[in-house]
Amino acid sequence: MRRIFPWISLFTLASVPLWLGDPYLLNAFVITGIFIVTAMSLNLLLGYTGQLSLGHVAFFGIGAYTSALVSLGFDVELVGGFRVIHEPWPVWLGFVMAILVSGLCGYIVGKLSFRVRGAYFVIVTISFAEVVRLVALNWVELTQGPLALTSIPPMAIGLPGLGNFDFYSKQSNFYLVLGVVAFCYVIIGRLVNSRIGRAMIALKENESLAVSVGIDVTRYLVLAAVVSAGIAGAAGSLYAHYLKIIDPDVFLFLYTVTMVIMVVTGGKGTLAGPIVGGLIFGFIPVIARSFAAPEIQWILYGLFMILIVCVLPRGIVPAIEKLFGEEPGVSGAADANTQDAQ
Amino acid sequence: MGARSTQVQPALSIEHIAVRFGGLVAISDMSFVVNEGEVVSLIGPNGAGKTTAFNVFTGFLRPSQGEVRYRGSSLNNLKPHEVASLGLARTFQRTSVFQSVSVFENVMIGLHCRGRSRLWDTLLALPRERESERELRARAADILALVGIERRSRELAGSLAYGDQRLLGVALALASDPSMLLLDEPVSGMNATETARFMRLLDGLRGLGVTILLVEHDMPMVMGVSDRIVVLNYGRIIAEGPPAAIQGNPEVIRAYLGQGARKRAGD
Repeated sequence: MRRIFPWISLFTLASVPLWLGDPYLLNAFVITGIFIVTAMSLNLLLGYTGQLSLGHVAFFGIGAYTSALVSLGFDVELVGGFRVIHEPWPVWLGFVMAILVSGLCGYIVGKLSFRVRGAYFVIVTISFAEVVRLVALNWVELTQGPLALTSIPPMAIGLPGLGNFDFYSKQSNFYLVLGVVAFCYVIIGRLVNSRIGRAMIALKENESLAVSVGIDVTRYLVLAAVVSAGIAGAAGSLYAHYLKIIDPDVFLFLYTVTMVIMVVTGGKGTLAGPIVGGLIFGFIPVIARSFAAPEIQWILYGLFMILIVCVLPRGIVPAIEKLFGEEPGVSGAADANTQDAQ
Repeated sequence: MGARSTQVQPALSIEHIAVRFGGLVAISDMSFVVNEGEVVSLIGPNGAGKTTAFNVFTGFLRPSQGEVRYRGSSLNNLKPHEVASLGLARTFQRTSVFQSVSVFENVMIGLHCRGRSRLWDTLLALPRERESERELRARAADILALVGIERRSRELAGSLAYGDQRLLGVALALASDPSMLLLDEPVSGMNATETARFMRLLDGLRGLGVTILLVEHDMPMVMGVSDRIVVLNYGRIIAEGPPAAIQGNPEVIRAYLGQGARKRAGD
């Protein structure tokens, strides 16, 4: 059950563009998918190391701007008349640069968390996001400020011998995003089910005990922050090349809140949690739109969230696992046994 | 006991340690030695500085002066996880297990330092990852069997009975394959049966050659398992010696054991 379920989900989702003709709904799938990637990255920090990053949207936005600027090119004059001119690069390089630059920012924020934990970490991350937003808003020469970066090229992959493939249509973007979600699912899954993941869980559960068994807490916090930021940066890049226009609103605090809602309702500290929570809260506005006025839509959104948190405080996925008799502690040992059998 | 043979090697040596929090002196000029393979107990009334001393020995707290050495190397500037990797493991008074993961996973976390897989092995799921995990799982099963809670391995640590949680705490410390264990009140809150079981475990560990430093209030147990006892009062060592000598020491009786102990010692 546990092993085939991800495959069933993957194939079900992969079939969606085949029977769903409505471009509006397909668009909702792509955007939701991108936010699911960010929620998965937030889950690595919040669900496994227990650190709440309320500035997570910063990594998303940095990824979006990096990817857009690398593929558009820029010409900026720095202090002292020093000019930096960047010729446009292929889009896939922008995607890679987005991951690297966001990962680097994750490293810096992670290093800061060496000294600060809990509430202070939350404040540091919020401040970081706000600073980055102000830079994007005011450094007009580089980012166009509120005028937005426009005409961003679609994602493209150069296949040797086959020429370039552009992800221009909604269908192709759907598969691109689905591929990234699946890739992140595998990578995060391997990470959290290893020695590294156990070190992160130990840090969340009881830091001084973790340290006493020889775990270098800072190292694993930084590692989680770098991987998490890198994945969020990849999501930002997908977002920029899908919408083809970005402005400083990509740093909206609302986006961070959306990610947190997706993670918490789906089940933090579970692999599938952000995906389940993401699908639900990505589609509530879409479904509510068909029968309710805009104000009512958001009230429904809020009511549904409160309902889930009250009824299933640990999230949807842990509740389902419990229903099937797979307690987290028990399943851990069961997993160990099945792996032994291989 | 008396004749110092050539085999007696100091494992942990505490040299003129002092800890001050502002004006408060928690420990003043503490010096003693724990030899390889010995079981030494640190006793004294509440607030005497026992747990503070433990925190200094394991790198959780920097001493204001003095030096802690383990097998010849100074621990003064090491972080707790570095002290642990030198083979010095500790347990805690209260929160001693990772509550919301299974007993087995707890020990797997404890085995952290023994894992050999690198980040790339994990991300690419290389054979070395699986091999390392298999070794760790086998080792975790061994440790749970040694401590005697192997039948609980699938349960959540937080749902264990209190005595079993304490045993799991020791299992966690043992997982890092320590040459020396520091146990902070391991049997507090245990009933007589659990304590007896714990004493058997300590005997077993001593048989494996693990050096043990114990902080404990349970006097029958302390007298039963210790080779030597160090008595602390107001941050100062007031007596040191084998259990029989400590039981009869008038200053220790006045500060800690109470008059009842003198009567018992006189019997």
